[in-house]
Amino acid sequence: MRAIGIILAGGSSHRMKELSKKRAIAAMPIAGSYRSIDFALSSMTNSHVQKVAVFTQYNAGSLNEHLSSSKWWDFGRKQGGLFVFTPAVTSDNNYWYRGTADAIYQNLSFLKNSHEPYVIIASGDGVYKLDFNKVLEYHIQKKADITVVCKKMEPGEEVERYGIVKMDSEDRIEEFEEKPVVARSNVVSCGIYVIRRRQLIELIEKSAEEDRHDFVRDILIRYRSLKRIYGYHMTDYWRNIATVNDYFRTNMDFLKPEIRDYFLHQYPDVYSRVDDLPPAKYNPGSNVSNSLVSAGCIINGIVEDSVLFKKVFIGSNCYIRNSIILNDVYIGDNVHIENCIVESRGTVRANARYGSEDGIRVVVETNDRYII
Amino acid sequence: MIKKEMIAMLLAGGQGSRLGVLTTRMAKPAVPFGGRYRIIDFPLSNCINSGIDTVGVLTQYQPLRLNTHIGIGIPWDLDRNIGGVTILPPFERNIHSEWYTGTANAIYQNIEYMESYHPEYVLILSGDHIYKMDYEVMLDFHRQNNAAVTIAAMPVPLEEAKRFGIVITDENRRITEFEEKPEEPHGNLASMGIYIFTWEVLKEALIANENQPNLDFGKHVIPYCHDRGERLYAYEYSSYWKDVGTLYSYWQANMELIDIVPEFNLYEEYWKIYTKCETLPPQYLSKESYAESSIIGEGSEIYGKVYNSVIGCDVRIGAGTVVRDSIIMNSTEVGKSCELNKVIVAENVRIGDGVVMGAGEEKENETDPEIYNHGLVTVAEHSLIPDGLRVGKNTVLGGKFDAADFPEGELSSGRTFIKAGERR
Repeated sequence: MRAIGIILAGGSSHRMKELSKKRAIAAMPIAGSYRSIDFALSSMTNSHVQKVAVFTQYNAGSLNEHLSSSKWWDFGRKQGGLFVFTPAVTSDNNYWYRGTADAIYQNLSFLKNSHEPYVIIASGDGVYKLDFNKVLEYHIQKKADITVVCKKMEPGEEVERYGIVKMDSEDRIEEFEEKPVVARSNVVSCGIYVIRRRQLIELIEKSAEEDRHDFVRDILIRYRSLKRIYGYHMTDYWRNIATVNDYFRTNMDFLKPEIRDYFLHQYPDVYSRVDDLPPAKYNPGSNVSNSLVSAGCIINGIVEDSVLFKKVFIGSNCYIRNSIILNDVYIGDNVHIENCIVESRGTVRANARYGSEDGIRVVVETNDRYII
Repeated sequence: MIKKEMIAMLLAGGQGSRLGVLTTRMAKPAVPFGGRYRIIDFPLSNCINSGIDTVGVLTQYQPLRLNTHIGIGIPWDLDRNIGGVTILPPFERNIHSEWYTGTANAIYQNIEYMESYHPEYVLILSGDHIYKMDYEVMLDFHRQNNAAVTIAAMPVPLEEAKRFGIVITDENRRITEFEEKPEEPHGNLASMGIYIFTWEVLKEALIANENQPNLDFGKHVIPYCHDRGERLYAYEYSSYWKDVGTLYSYWQANMELIDIVPEFNLYEEYWKIYTKCETLPPQYLSKESYAESSIIGEGSEIYGKVYNSVIGCDVRIGAGTVVRDSIIMNSTEVGKSCELNKVIVAENVRIGDGVVMGAGEEKENETDPEIYNHGLVTVAEHSLIPDGLRVGKNTVLGGKFDAADFPEGELSSGRTFIKAGERR
């Protein structure tokens, strides 16, 4: 592969509500067995990108733990590897990452010391599979300076929280609006870019001189007419999970057979850290329907239209519907949960009831757990 | 200098012929167990959990599956700069080339491997038992007693004692007598085939007996050490330990995993069992599905009903199918509207629609009644079972079948049907 990878995984979002208290968005658990960043990392490794840097900043504990070994994505190599860059105080810099461009600037030596001609920049909060080689081919064929991967969203989707892109007939980007009040098109930027390494170094250094720190605002938008910026159309599944509703919906998408087949059974695979959990166990009294169940779960109650992450315990006579139960949650007997996301490692006491009439409720339970 | 206090030698070369078609193309330690594991995962996980990071795995019979499973030992954290896991097959040499002719002969042929780590103790394990054991505690016992050999032993019913090596000890657990498979046992403390040897003692005993044909630990090495007056001790073990030597005991041990709190608990945090995990994704249970008293592996898709069964990874069970008291191994697909009762289905099998298995009269198996019994139906790996087939009890099937193979649409109870060319 002629490119190195950068994954921007520093972000948090108030749209994630209580869920972002625990972790960066890139570490959000997805589809029972994965975390959000696995999709970017797996696409990198499946595209034979050998050297990848992950920039973290906000609440990176879970993320660092997840990335503690690079072997799961096959980055444990002599050539290349996985590098995690957190902000560091140095003699001539004592700032946090002030923006995406600044994050790259503060680690510019990573770019300068590489020899691959291209850089793929991806964000850690997308759920997708993408062959970056195809984007790179497109980039070369268009003689582009920057290629932005774009997705045409379904009509009716709220797109105002994305970067909105307008292209000419040749797919050159004419307009790029970041989080507009009213979107003028439904084509959004996926936050995935391809750019020549030297070009990136030049642009980042120039922005830093001018005290500009954001890759989208200060490079993509500022240079949109000066540089040849092209849009690459992503036709397969892509979703950003950075709001509670989108997070919920993305997980629920995996209950559809075609989505499951695309992500879980078709080549190439998505990789994640291996947890060595035993198979899921269904005790008498369990009745699970239209749901995903992950390794290590023990189920004694009724579960419908839900996603159970790893190591969830569900007590007798429970009724769980249309909900997401994150990793290592213990749910006591006779509990009723509907339309909720239960935060990981929570302990729900027996006889509790959680529900929501409008929208999805995030449940954070910090009770002590007496049962091991 | 490289030095390891204790290294383990894991005997994994045996066929385990009493597991029938399950071991046609793989050694017994490679046979899947408990949905996502293989039998060898248990001793390997015990090793790493006990702090042993150097393990030689002795292979001989059908080693491919074992080799690919173990690889460089990543799942068990046995990929080490020094030590780690090493596969040790028999090899040709200038003179006296031979296969591994016995358990101790296999170890004898690898003296060079063991010597390179300068061990003080060598742990001998066999790769075909299901148990959790802290070998470090056993080593402490060995050291405290200043023993030459420590044999792990557990009490068995007296009537079964003649199947085992029986140790008789004094009040300090020192072995006074050792009887290999005695006609009239004088005790019921059975050797589990787990030994800790002080390295010098083992080396001396192996070299002294090098010309003994079929050199075996129970028959030759242990009696030799005992006769020389070495200090032999019995380390008593009383938790779960299962020799899954026969198809029926294999089926039973799997079924025990689905008890509400199984005696052998895989869900304990502090003694994890590791395995090579090829599939990560969650499992899906459809609207019409039902699962009760079962364990199901990753990535499986269940559209039918599952009762009292152990389902592996990446298995598909079609709508309207009912599976009871069965073991279905990885990557097998069961069609729609089937009925499976007490069936052991090996990996990568395709079962068509409307197949009924384990129905009909109780009748002894025609070829191997000592293997295929208790009403079990066994399907060999990579088999193809045509739509609508009815299969009786105590039967065994292996091969890519089509409807023409069964003019009556039936394989009656007690029949063995293994397609020519399939039994390599």
